[in-house]
Amino acid sequence: MSGIRAVHPPRPSPGWIRYRRIKSAIGWALAGTALLILSVAMVQILLYVFLKGFHSLTPKIFTEDTVGVGGGLRNAILGTALLSGSAMILSALIGVAAGLYLSEFGEGRLGSLTRFLSDVLVGVPSIVLGFVGYVILTVWLRWQFSLAAGAITLAVLMLPYIVRSTELALRRVASGIRESAYALGCRDHQVVFKVLLKAAAPGIGTGILLALAISAGETAPLLYTAGWSNYGWSGHLIHEPVAYLTYVIWSFIGEPFHSAHALAYVAAFLITFVILLINLLARFLIASSPHSRL
Amino acid sequence: MWFRRLLAVFSLLVPLVLLAIAVFLTYYAWPAIHYNGLDFLWRETWNIGNQYANPVHRHGETVMPGARFGILFLIVGTLGSAFLALLMAFPLGLGAALFLSEVVPHRFGHLVSFFVELLAGIPSVVFGLWGIVFLIPFLGHHIFPVLAGMFPFIPFLARPTGSGYGLLTSSLVLCLMIVPFIAATLRDALRSQSTEMREAGISLGATRFEVATRILLPGQKTALVGATMLAFGRALGETMAVLMVSGNALNYLPHNIYSPISTMAAFIVAQLDSALADPTGMAMRSLAEIAVLLLVISFIINGAARLLIGTLKEHTL
Repeated sequence: MSGIRAVHPPRPSPGWIRYRRIKSAIGWALAGTALLILSVAMVQILLYVFLKGFHSLTPKIFTEDTVGVGGGLRNAILGTALLSGSAMILSALIGVAAGLYLSEFGEGRLGSLTRFLSDVLVGVPSIVLGFVGYVILTVWLRWQFSLAAGAITLAVLMLPYIVRSTELALRRVASGIRESAYALGCRDHQVVFKVLLKAAAPGIGTGILLALAISAGETAPLLYTAGWSNYGWSGHLIHEPVAYLTYVIWSFIGEPFHSAHALAYVAAFLITFVILLINLLARFLIASSPHSRL
Repeated sequence: MWFRRLLAVFSLLVPLVLLAIAVFLTYYAWPAIHYNGLDFLWRETWNIGNQYANPVHRHGETVMPGARFGILFLIVGTLGSAFLALLMAFPLGLGAALFLSEVVPHRFGHLVSFFVELLAGIPSVVFGLWGIVFLIPFLGHHIFPVLAGMFPFIPFLARPTGSGYGLLTSSLVLCLMIVPFIAATLRDALRSQSTEMREAGISLGATRFEVATRILLPGQKTALVGATMLAFGRALGETMAVLMVSGNALNYLPHNIYSPISTMAAFIVAQLDSALADPTGMAMRSLAEIAVLLLVISFIINGAARLLIGTLKEHTL
């Protein structure tokens, strides 16, 4: 009768264990260094932009329009708010509706197609969107450089973000809530407006805010569509170019004048500050909501 | 039902927008695609022709005399800068993700990750500004000469180190722009692994580093590959930051890592004014052809990555 022999695994030698411990320690040290490098770069960029910008910040910036490469940034600040604001409204209307479809009724072919293509649209370089905006809106429709052309181009850029974040926010709403609403006799639109949108509001709002932050920092889609103007917006949707902050950063830092550089620094400070603020607000919104968590 | 149909119409807008983009762009670029032919990709010179002569007819298109459009130098610059950026961003992102998910305590970790992810929120053009004003003088005066001095025997690292505007600077800026994305995706992928896997690894006598790199990481291979592809796609299409720090080389192939370059996306902006000056419009249509190429590349990369890793999660937005 063959007895069962206990097989002892080979015991690792102390040297082998020490070697592995040292290797692991080195690994963690490298990983920590990577995080440290990132953090240092982050702090460096932020501090640099904030200090440079804050240094050149004067009340004149907010009260005067740009004159050549000097003056203030009132036109650009208003222009950025107008462009991103109207793009956000446009994109949120379409994007939330599309996100609703995807999450509630989007199990079919149209749903998966939209889902896949909006993921693809996220990856389309913003300059390509800008060029297409130029070809279709500025040239073909003869809108020239204008608020409408810039805002629509930005809206297309924001659309996939809003569609997908809306869908994700709605999917986090417990299905029991939907079932109860339908059981009480609600129609589709009542379920959506009275129940789902309320429950998912923080998540949807966060998505819209993050998309707004992205659009506010964009330059490439606007170069071909919004143009640049030394004047404030006078109320024309088309045929009137609009100023925006990111243009100042790109264009004025290349000018050989101190006043131009100062404006570029201030513009960079303002836009970075606003974007960080929107990001913080978005996180706060999602963290404070009882239904969903990021 | 009417409500569902209404929502379906809105949902249909996303594919329609993408279709419109592809169709209009290709339609606009068609004369250039016809005129330039396949040589577009291999030719080294971008020449909009003699702007003071009368237009001539060639290959059935009206162009300025001498107009030849080729973007080999752009393809080299785009792939080179994106690849170098990925080469630096991947280990950085992986290391940061490992440390954030396995070492930093969860409560504190959220804060640190948020902080690192804020880096992704900084606009491209602000990276460009920082690049011009801080990074380029710093690299050009202090880092590049030392680097070239240390490795004079490696051809692409040797002198001349140039002004600071160029391939390596572009890659460094691109690296900082894509690293938060890689780090965030990988951190979440690692976090999503079950605790049992960690416990099993530890009980087998593995160190925590071995658990992380030999057990948790291989389980997330698809996320790793997908995130890398998406990051590469972002680096390829990045415009403003590269435009500002690349040196905007024209008809020039880089001969070392410090050489000025230009990328396809940045070139579209850099050449807009001179292209608009071409009365035949062929220069604009050739720029559109570059945009078509970028669109196709981004379709392929994003489509493939999405098929690989499935649908989008929040932080990858």
